[in-house]
Amino acid sequence: MFVPCGSSAPPDFEGFTLLLPAVSVGNVGQLAVDLVIFTLDMPKVGYFYTDCLVPMVGNNPYATAEENSTELSINAEVYSLPSKKLVVLQIRSPFVNNKYRSFCQTLLSWVKSSRCAKVILLSSSHAYQCDDQQLHGTPLRYLFSPAIQKTAGELMQRLNWKEMEKVAAYPGVNDTEMVLRIPGGGITTLLFSESCSNRIQMAVLLKFCSEGDNIPDALALVNYLNEWLQLVKSEQNSAAPATPSQWKIPHSWRLLFGSGLPPALF
Amino acid sequence: PYCTTCVLIHCLFCLHLTYLFLFLYAREVHILWFSKLSASTGSFTDEQFPCSKFILAIGHNSVAFLSSFVLNSGCWEAAGSVKLWNEWCRTSNTTSVLPTDAFCLFYKLISDPTVLLCQCNCYVAEDQQFQWLEKVFGCMREEDLQVTILSTCPVTDYKTPESTLTLPSPFLKALKTKDFKETTCCPLLEQPNIVQGLPAAVLSYCQVWQIPAVLYQCYTDVISLDTVTIEAFKPVLSSKNLKSLVKVKLNFKDKWKVLSLLILECLRV
Repeated sequence: MFVPCGSSAPPDFEGFTLLLPAVSVGNVGQLAVDLVIFTLDMPKVGYFYTDCLVPMVGNNPYATAEENSTELSINAEVYSLPSKKLVVLQIRSPFVNNKYRSFCQTLLSWVKSSRCAKVILLSSSHAYQCDDQQLHGTPLRYLFSPAIQKTAGELMQRLNWKEMEKVAAYPGVNDTEMVLRIPGGGITTLLFSESCSNRIQMAVLLKFCSEGDNIPDALALVNYLNEWLQLVKSEQNSAAPATPSQWKIPHSWRLLFGSGLPPALF
Repeated sequence: PYCTTCVLIHCLFCLHLTYLFLFLYAREVHILWFSKLSASTGSFTDEQFPCSKFILAIGHNSVAFLSSFVLNSGCWEAAGSVKLWNEWCRTSNTTSVLPTDAFCLFYKLISDPTVLLCQCNCYVAEDQQFQWLEKVFGCMREEDLQVTILSTCPVTDYKTPESTLTLPSPFLKALKTKDFKETTCCPLLEQPNIVQGLPAAVLSYCQVWQIPAVLYQCYTDVISLDTVTIEAFKPVLSSKNLKSLVKVKLNFKDKWKVLSLLILECLRV
């Protein structure tokens, strides 16, 4: 459930766009959300307190100076920027076993009660499981729920985006029955199907990737999102897409592959 | 007349449901408060008890630290226990435990019953941590509540630009909630380091519900019970929350003799 920070009145998210990551392969969605929060300098407005996520705490991942480096951060926090009508939910830990469905229900009921206009889920999928048609062209895909198709469908055609392909449910046996499969996508498929049946405006933006250094994947996904939402404008030409240098990388991304090596090794 | 296959499938289904029910029931966290037990009926009373200080030790070394420096120096009585079962541990509701047993026990200060101390050296699984929190804090009526958590973890979990081999372990790092206004007894944990498990669950709860809380995390290279690791917690004795509980001005040498004997004893067990 959403708990506002401090004793302030709960913020109003009516008509806002909710951006959140799926905890998926390479943590691409979470890294992309980090870039959005840090670049737009979004203030924290509350917590998403739930029993569905593994507990985790640390100091402020978006610290810019000594003064704000000692603020405690927890596993699911909500950031908001009313000027852009944007609310972001950052998820920093994996799900507790068997709690996927419960999390989706809690999240969607919060979306309904807070009257957010639309939900954008940033996700990723295993690149090694791409089929022949998915290997062609860009590794970025989108998915729209029927409710959002009416409002944003035309824009997608203009941007020349590719929709996530459906695959045969029983390949080689029956090629007529097609289903949506996002291997390594965590809650993506479940959250998307629940949103479709609940008539929630939901868009999924995803990238095919592999585990490793996923910073380039996160930059690609956040640029893809920026083509649509225009969160960051290019300095030279406002119509041009943002370059990677325009996204600010938080200091907490240091030591992504662990501590330094013992000097005796060399 | 029923066909044999149908009966078999039905039986299997029932068996599966029973197993599922037993599994879910087995993972339930049970809290037993001794002082709240009604003498005549033996049943629980629903009242919440007032709490001003909650000191929680998680792990063998933190538990041993509290036993030797806090429980020893005041008059405490056993107040309750947590009973849980998971893949790694099974606790019982007895209070006569050995330091090597898995247990989670509560103690109350006799002179001030609003001071609660918890010693938890059992593993609380991820799906049980939220339950543990809701049940323990659900019993408390917060009266200017201050929470202190002590915990240990391997030094290899600590992230630093240098190698962890060069670090003088054990060492102490702190994390505090927004409402904790005092200074901590050691440096704060730097980014990108994080804390997980029960200490993180308690600290998150306190952050969300605006309870002043501090976590002292000891990074050590010895996993088992170890006097050097226990000693690393000594700076915490000067904190406001623990200072008043350590009555005797400690003669550390004598204390260590007693503690070393105690540890040798339990290792022999």
